[in-house]
Amino acid sequence: MSIDLFFQYVVAGITYGTIYAVVAIGFNIIYNTTGIINFAQGEFVMLGGMTAVTFHQFLPLPAAILVAVLITTVIGALVEILFIRWLYQPSVLRMIIITIGLSILIRETALHIWGESVRSLPYFTGSSVTSIRFGGVYLSPQVLWVVGLCTLVVALLSVFFNYTLLGRQMRACAANRDAARLCGISAKNMVTLSFMLSAAIGALGGSVVCPITYVKYDSGTPLAIKGFAVAILGGLGNSAAAAGAGMILGALESFSISILPAAYKDAIAITILLLVLFVKPSGLFGSAEAARLKEF
Amino acid sequence: MGRRLGAGVLVLLGLMWLNVGAEAGEPIRIGAILSVTGPASFLGAPEARTLEMVVEAQNKKGGIAGRQIELIVKDSAASPEKAFSFAKQLIEENKVFAIIGPTTSGETMKIKGVAEEGKTILLSCAAAEVIVNPVAKYVFKTPQNDNHAILKIFEQMKKMKISKIGVLSSNTGFGNAGKEQIGKLAPENGLTILVNEVYDKDASDLTAEVTKVKAANVQAIVNWSIEPAQSIVIKNARQIGLKVPIFQSHGFGNIKYVETAGEAAEGVIFPAGRLLVADVLPKTHPQREVLVQYKKDYESRYKEEASTFGGHAYDAFIILLKAIEKAKSTDKEAVRAAIEQLKGVVGTGGVFNFSPGDHNGLDINAFEILTVKKGKFALLGK
Repeated sequence: MSIDLFFQYVVAGITYGTIYAVVAIGFNIIYNTTGIINFAQGEFVMLGGMTAVTFHQFLPLPAAILVAVLITTVIGALVEILFIRWLYQPSVLRMIIITIGLSILIRETALHIWGESVRSLPYFTGSSVTSIRFGGVYLSPQVLWVVGLCTLVVALLSVFFNYTLLGRQMRACAANRDAARLCGISAKNMVTLSFMLSAAIGALGGSVVCPITYVKYDSGTPLAIKGFAVAILGGLGNSAAAAGAGMILGALESFSISILPAAYKDAIAITILLLVLFVKPSGLFGSAEAARLKEF
Repeated sequence: MGRRLGAGVLVLLGLMWLNVGAEAGEPIRIGAILSVTGPASFLGAPEARTLEMVVEAQNKKGGIAGRQIELIVKDSAASPEKAFSFAKQLIEENKVFAIIGPTTSGETMKIKGVAEEGKTILLSCAAAEVIVNPVAKYVFKTPQNDNHAILKIFEQMKKMKISKIGVLSSNTGFGNAGKEQIGKLAPENGLTILVNEVYDKDASDLTAEVTKVKAANVQAIVNWSIEPAQSIVIKNARQIGLKVPIFQSHGFGNIKYVETAGEAAEGVIFPAGRLLVADVLPKTHPQREVLVQYKKDYESRYKEEASTFGGHAYDAFIILLKAIEKAKSTDKEAVRAAIEQLKGVVGTGGVFNFSPGDHNGLDINAFEILTVKKGKFALLGK
């Protein structure tokens, strides 16, 4: 394989990887604060893309995306308030089933509002044929936008969770909910906030990824599955690890295509995921000790 | 005396009611199993809308043979299991006269036996050749055969002196059927397949797959899919600097796929029914009137561009109409035999010529080679 070809596969891997990583980060935020795996995360991504397309008809692109993120954040808050907040000490299994049900509900509502056709946003810079060329390797500028967004989000999140009062409050809730409440932290509000944050990031991710792929009322589900796999691979709860795991999974998929028929791409990815989990259940970057203390 | 009078009145009323019932004419029930939602919704939803539109129009004209048409649409969401249970329900409970649909080949193959056993006419809107080969007495289909589409593509490739191709197909029934047919027909048409890959219809990016194709140094790509992911292949191919001609299947015939692919779709070549270029057909072309009318009606009612997929349902309906006219009866057996005798029926997919051995009625001439110019479908210039 020539060096150009090698790097072209790397570029392909980065493209897949960051898309998965953005979704995985959304999973991690809610998991961190509440211990819940939110299987409706894919739908937040889908809603972000769909709403941005609708508003792009009247607004310039940046404004449309901003509105889309805001609306999806509100929807995330509503979802939490209506369906999650009033549950009393729910078990993990119950939460999973509830969020799966929510994802179906949101999907069908999207079908009624937008119909079944595919939509896409225009590329932020250039068009669907522009590509930046490094020697023999081609890269679409939109991929740089996605990578840039992912990096920014990871950086901002780590600042948020480590250095701001609100972020530390959310972490306190994750560590020990009752102790946090004793300290005067409103655990209920923290949970709502975590849903809002997850929805916002998902929506932003959905808008930025939309030009590369397309958005359709049911495009959330495959993303959620891959995003969840990446979140687990990196170690549930660690956003930076999710980004790293996303890259690794993307690279694995990409190089598997170079050697084997592309039809086996998903099988290879899931097999490697399973192998990693057998050897290191807390994920590639997760700490085994911390994982033992968590319920999930 | 009072009781006898009362009973007499009741009997009289009953007779009158029966009489009135017979005169008004029981409606003709036509069932439709379509994938209105789900993974094939971009096929099934236009089909359902088309049927509603034409049935309504026909009922306004007085229905068929003086009887109103009752259309029963079942949404199978591309699930063969659902299609199976709906087929049984429509045949046994609703006792429908005929079934239009299903939308996908997988579903059609599942209910082929049910239609035969239930002696109910089935006009499928799915493309696979196996639906009508081997021929089943009651099963017909309106879309063109995929092997004719492939032969049309090969015809064009010969003109462009292409001999080495790369094939990308999606992991669905349509994609697999296409891949098989391409593999079978390529050698006898002087074409060598250098790389043959299957991609996931739900994929969000296919750069690695097209990179593999680029590495094989092909002269053209054939992208066989009916899902939105086909637009991603086109985008990614152009983004990595792959400039060779891209040939799509007749599953590309929806302007939304062109919009999704953006600029990358310029110059893509594909075979399609003439609906997409109805306006530029010469006035003497037999299909022009039907196509322009259907397009106008569909677009003014549903405010979206007509696609070739909705046209398959339209064709199914008018074939049924013409067969009933020809048989001069609404007896299932007579109409079934009449369909097999229909010749020269002008539809959106082409001009149909049925026979007992040909339950599709179309051939390679049903296709026109189209391309994309400035984001719109256009005839490929000579």
